[in-house]
Amino acid sequence: MKNRNHIGVLDRLQFQLPKIVLSPSVAIIVIFVYGFILYTSYLSFTGSKMLPNFNWVGLQNYITLFRSRTWDTSVTNLAIFSVLYIGICCFIGLMLAILLDQKIRNEGFIRITYLYPMALSFIVTGVAWKWILDPGIGLEAVLQGWGWESFSFRWIKERDMAIYTIVIAAVWQTSGFVMATFLAGLRGIDNEMLRAAQLDGASTFAYYRRIVIPQLRPAFMSAFVVLAHMAIKSYDLVIALTGGGPGNATSMPATFMYSYTFTRNQMGIGAASAVMMLMTVAAIIVPYLWSELREKK
Amino acid sequence: MDGKQKTLIEANTDISASGRKTRSIMPTFTRFSLYLILGLFCVYYLLPLYVMVVNSFKPLPEITSGGMVALPIDWTISAWQSAWSEAQIGVEATGLKPYFINSLLMAIPAVTITTLLGAVNGYVLTKWTFPGATLIFGLILFGCFIPFQAILIPMASVLGRMGIAGTLPGIIFVHVVYGISFSTLYFRNYYASFPTELVRAAQIDGASFFTIFWRIMLPSSGPIAVVCIIWLFTNIWNDFLFGASFSDFDSQPMTVALNNLVQTSTGVKEYNVHFAGAILAALPTLIVYIVAGRYFVRGLMSGSVKG
Repeated sequence: MKNRNHIGVLDRLQFQLPKIVLSPSVAIIVIFVYGFILYTSYLSFTGSKMLPNFNWVGLQNYITLFRSRTWDTSVTNLAIFSVLYIGICCFIGLMLAILLDQKIRNEGFIRITYLYPMALSFIVTGVAWKWILDPGIGLEAVLQGWGWESFSFRWIKERDMAIYTIVIAAVWQTSGFVMATFLAGLRGIDNEMLRAAQLDGASTFAYYRRIVIPQLRPAFMSAFVVLAHMAIKSYDLVIALTGGGPGNATSMPATFMYSYTFTRNQMGIGAASAVMMLMTVAAIIVPYLWSELREKK
Repeated sequence: MDGKQKTLIEANTDISASGRKTRSIMPTFTRFSLYLILGLFCVYYLLPLYVMVVNSFKPLPEITSGGMVALPIDWTISAWQSAWSEAQIGVEATGLKPYFINSLLMAIPAVTITTLLGAVNGYVLTKWTFPGATLIFGLILFGCFIPFQAILIPMASVLGRMGIAGTLPGIIFVHVVYGISFSTLYFRNYYASFPTELVRAAQIDGASFFTIFWRIMLPSSGPIAVVCIIWLFTNIWNDFLFGASFSDFDSQPMTVALNNLVQTSTGVKEYNVHFAGAILAALPTLIVYIVAGRYFVRGLMSGSVKG
């Protein structure tokens, strides 16, 4: 009797084992992702300065945030950056993928060349481009040294243009990855279609526009989701390339959040900006995950 | 879950292996321009690397006199020596060496722990499913995409309370926490196509939960483990935000030290040292990429990106 009971407990433990094994990870995610998000959201309604405090101030931080010129600049910069970054990456990526899909000799070498920037840290990318774009020693100095005296390229120093230099470096870093995503999508398309299209006498252009590109929708979706959330989170590259300057001309929500929270001792406002970033990401990611996870059933 | 698999794994197909499937309906006379365009883009992607390498071997005056693209006239490795062991970064002139070691001490344990956790999670979520498993997977997955700004403040105070703020174990902990989502995604998707009948058969033969994991699942996880390790290593090595937020001078990773080196506003800007330092910071991930590039490609595509 005793013995049987004993076995019963072990059996039940064995039965529960998978859930027990999974639970530390689930607990970690629940606390450090969801709990922390709630905590940050809560702080965004408090008058926290250098340290967290719990004086409820309602929407005050959000009002201050939306009236802040720096936040305004950051959001505008994010909009400019995202549209150009995603647009150009997708365009270059798609173009290179289609070109590379034409039985190219040395395809392996070319693919590695296009992709390696993705292995580098944004800090390294930032350092490299910072000096390449620097008028004192970079492109401008080089071309002037070669005799093109009137050549001028000082975007990185100009308030209105500096944000575009971040686009240049970011596109350099990730367009190869987008190319690889599209290339994988292209390779997944049945060759029969090509033969059928050729028999019908379709031009190359029509073949790609009518048959291939529409089938790349999933690849577009993953590229978009990845690029969009990278754009919203972009912090390292801005810090390394321009430090947010000149002035705060290249400020982005991520740098805004960091400087308000950790250097300007306005934690409540920093938390409010973090919540705004989170909601923007969630607006893109949640529907995406939802549709992906639901399709299964 | 097939939906997720399709988009994230469809990309997982090894694109180099499917070279046979390439199509060509372009007339041959356009092939010249085709190679020209592809070649120009090779130049575009290689130029910054070329600039970094070439300038790291030059004495400073050669760079400042406008010769950034030229090959060095006086080849010298002094910039490398300076970047590695002499440059002033923290209080003392230690070069990047101690920070390089920090990054290794941070990345290796973080990658190991995260990969193991991901493997176990993936195993449970595919072979021992229970009602609500998909929901839990979805909740874990969201962790791949959250902007870390939303967790920086509470993380700083929790690390403080745990007594590991500003230490390597603290940073390792943070990387493990936010790496679990990725490693779980990789292993879950990989194990989803592993025959469940095999697991059931072993179960009937009396194999326990862990026996099945160690004897059946892990030995067949080579490919995905490599992908996962490369992915995590790259992300953790390249991380800047956590390093900048949660490390002290003696626990700073390489990326933070490099940024400090470059942004120091006092004195002459030693571009050659900056370039050498940038290559040092890039070297481990570049080596991993060149040695295991094929897997890296797969890794990039099968599990989105931790920005």
